[in-house]
Amino acid sequence: MKTYTNTGNIDTRSGFGAGLTELGQSNENVVALCADLTGSLKMNDFKEKFPERFFQVGVAEANMMGMAAGMTIGGKIPFTGTFANFSTGRVYDQIRQSIAYSNKNVKICASHAGLTLGEDGATHQILEDIGLMKMLPGMTVINPCDYNQTKAATKAIAEHDGPVYLRFGRPKVANFTPENQTFEIGKAVELQEGSDVTIVATGHLVWEALEACKTLAENNISAEVIDLHTIKPLDEKTILESIEKTGCVVTAEEHNYFGGMGESIARTLTKNKPVPQEFVAVNDSFGESGKPAKLMEKYHVDASAIIKAVNRVVKRKNPQ
Amino acid sequence: MADLQKLQTLITQVRRDIVRQTHGVNSGHPGGSLGCTEFFVALYQEIMDYSTDFTMDGKNEDLFFLSNGHISPVFYSVLARSGFFEVEELSTFRKIDSRLQGHPTTHEGLPGIRVASGSLGQGLSVALGAAQAKTLNGDDKLVYTLHGDGELQEGQNWEAIMYAGSRGIDNIIATVDWNKKQIDGATDDVMPLGDLKPKFQAFGWEVISVKQGNDLEHVIEALGVAKKHSGNGKPICILLETEMGNGVDFMMGTHAWHGKAPNDEQLQTAFEQNPETELGDY
Repeated sequence: MKTYTNTGNIDTRSGFGAGLTELGQSNENVVALCADLTGSLKMNDFKEKFPERFFQVGVAEANMMGMAAGMTIGGKIPFTGTFANFSTGRVYDQIRQSIAYSNKNVKICASHAGLTLGEDGATHQILEDIGLMKMLPGMTVINPCDYNQTKAATKAIAEHDGPVYLRFGRPKVANFTPENQTFEIGKAVELQEGSDVTIVATGHLVWEALEACKTLAENNISAEVIDLHTIKPLDEKTILESIEKTGCVVTAEEHNYFGGMGESIARTLTKNKPVPQEFVAVNDSFGESGKPAKLMEKYHVDASAIIKAVNRVVKRKNPQ
Repeated sequence: MADLQKLQTLITQVRRDIVRQTHGVNSGHPGGSLGCTEFFVALYQEIMDYSTDFTMDGKNEDLFFLSNGHISPVFYSVLARSGFFEVEELSTFRKIDSRLQGHPTTHEGLPGIRVASGSLGQGLSVALGAAQAKTLNGDDKLVYTLHGDGELQEGQNWEAIMYAGSRGIDNIIATVDWNKKQIDGATDDVMPLGDLKPKFQAFGWEVISVKQGNDLEHVIEALGVAKKHSGNGKPICILLETEMGNGVDFMMGTHAWHGKAPNDEQLQTAFEQNPETELGDY
């Protein structure tokens, strides 16, 4: 079994900020827009280094999305920054018409996604954003798992021509993927090889899956762990190859069951190779205030929930 | 100065195109289209500097964004008759497999369109982005927009109006088609807009009022003044008072023709009021 070392807890949004600053240096067409959350999105460094390419729009997300669409006309590569809730639900129609349908090269960068936003509570804890974004034709949806991967993803999406939704989070979490990794959009990463079950995880749940894997190994369950950082387009090949070997799957995400990554996997399996699947996701509810770890526990989206789901799915695969 | 007689001929032809397009598919929006005919002809024939060899980026060209996308019939007619695509293509308006969708879109690759519009209130934001990109690119050409007056009820406009005024975006000229009508009736009854001039001024815009928005010379003059005033640290708004349905008598003085097509008989009446021109029907 491979061992992954947490090199120190750090927030994924800081990975975004660091990636954006590097892009500012390497690509003069990159511009950034922010709706009054410059500090929260870690865009201060970009703002200070490239003030002429930073656009403070105030608390006006709809205008920000439209402006970003317009800036692509003239060759700019706009990165918008606000919370995931205000990056999607609040501006769905602006994204749909001015960005997605118009095929504009806008990078929608969304922090504080999911329950781990914590104490601010359900008004800000969007658990529907992956669904909203993946339904838009032509939209690429990315949910990296740690600081290093978020930084790499931020740089990679600048090279991709087309609208992208990049989802990341607020809390300090384990940083364990390689520094200076190459991020390949649409290519899932196999983190752990296994033979009994495939765990497909995205975002903050990837580290939880690796933690679950250790406990499962003690119980003689060999879990394959796939880091699915790109939810759309979906790397069906990697998923199906793994399922071929393990014969069952658990999907894990910090999102509602409905519209989440798990549903995308279920569709792929139904079309190609139906096998038992269990879902680790929020059970069609809103969140609430609390510490991130407590919330993940209460809403059953952590390592412990993954272990339970694995036990269920393995039983379904091998009925007595 | 323009050959006004030539432009008047084009205006008549565009009006014929508008009623034919909507009649042909028994749908579409003739009222606002007819009311904005002089504006479109002035903009594309007299004011804007552009190439019909269309590129999305439009660098070193003036750009135009139609925010109230439902008046696509006038937009399509003027684009075609300005050389962006063949006039014959107007016959495909709103039909299956057409580039001339009910509301304008980039999706089918129609030259002259740079963003989809139809869901109201989004055009000014997009235009502001394009204007800021021009500034970053050292491109001193201008960005023009058109908005319905009812459309100003959408809150996003006011986000954009606030942004443009506070940032002194002075390479944008936004025109409001102030015909005082919307789908459900008079704007004063549906959701009064109040006095738009002081509203825009309070947000830091220069406002040019045009009482006769269906008089070609007045429209050209106002757009010319706006162009001259650009670059002075303020965005410019033209409040263009027009008449919905202008040029077709039974469509005037009512909001009824916002989104209704003429029948065979009504088409003939409209044609009689806008007789055949040397430009020819599509």
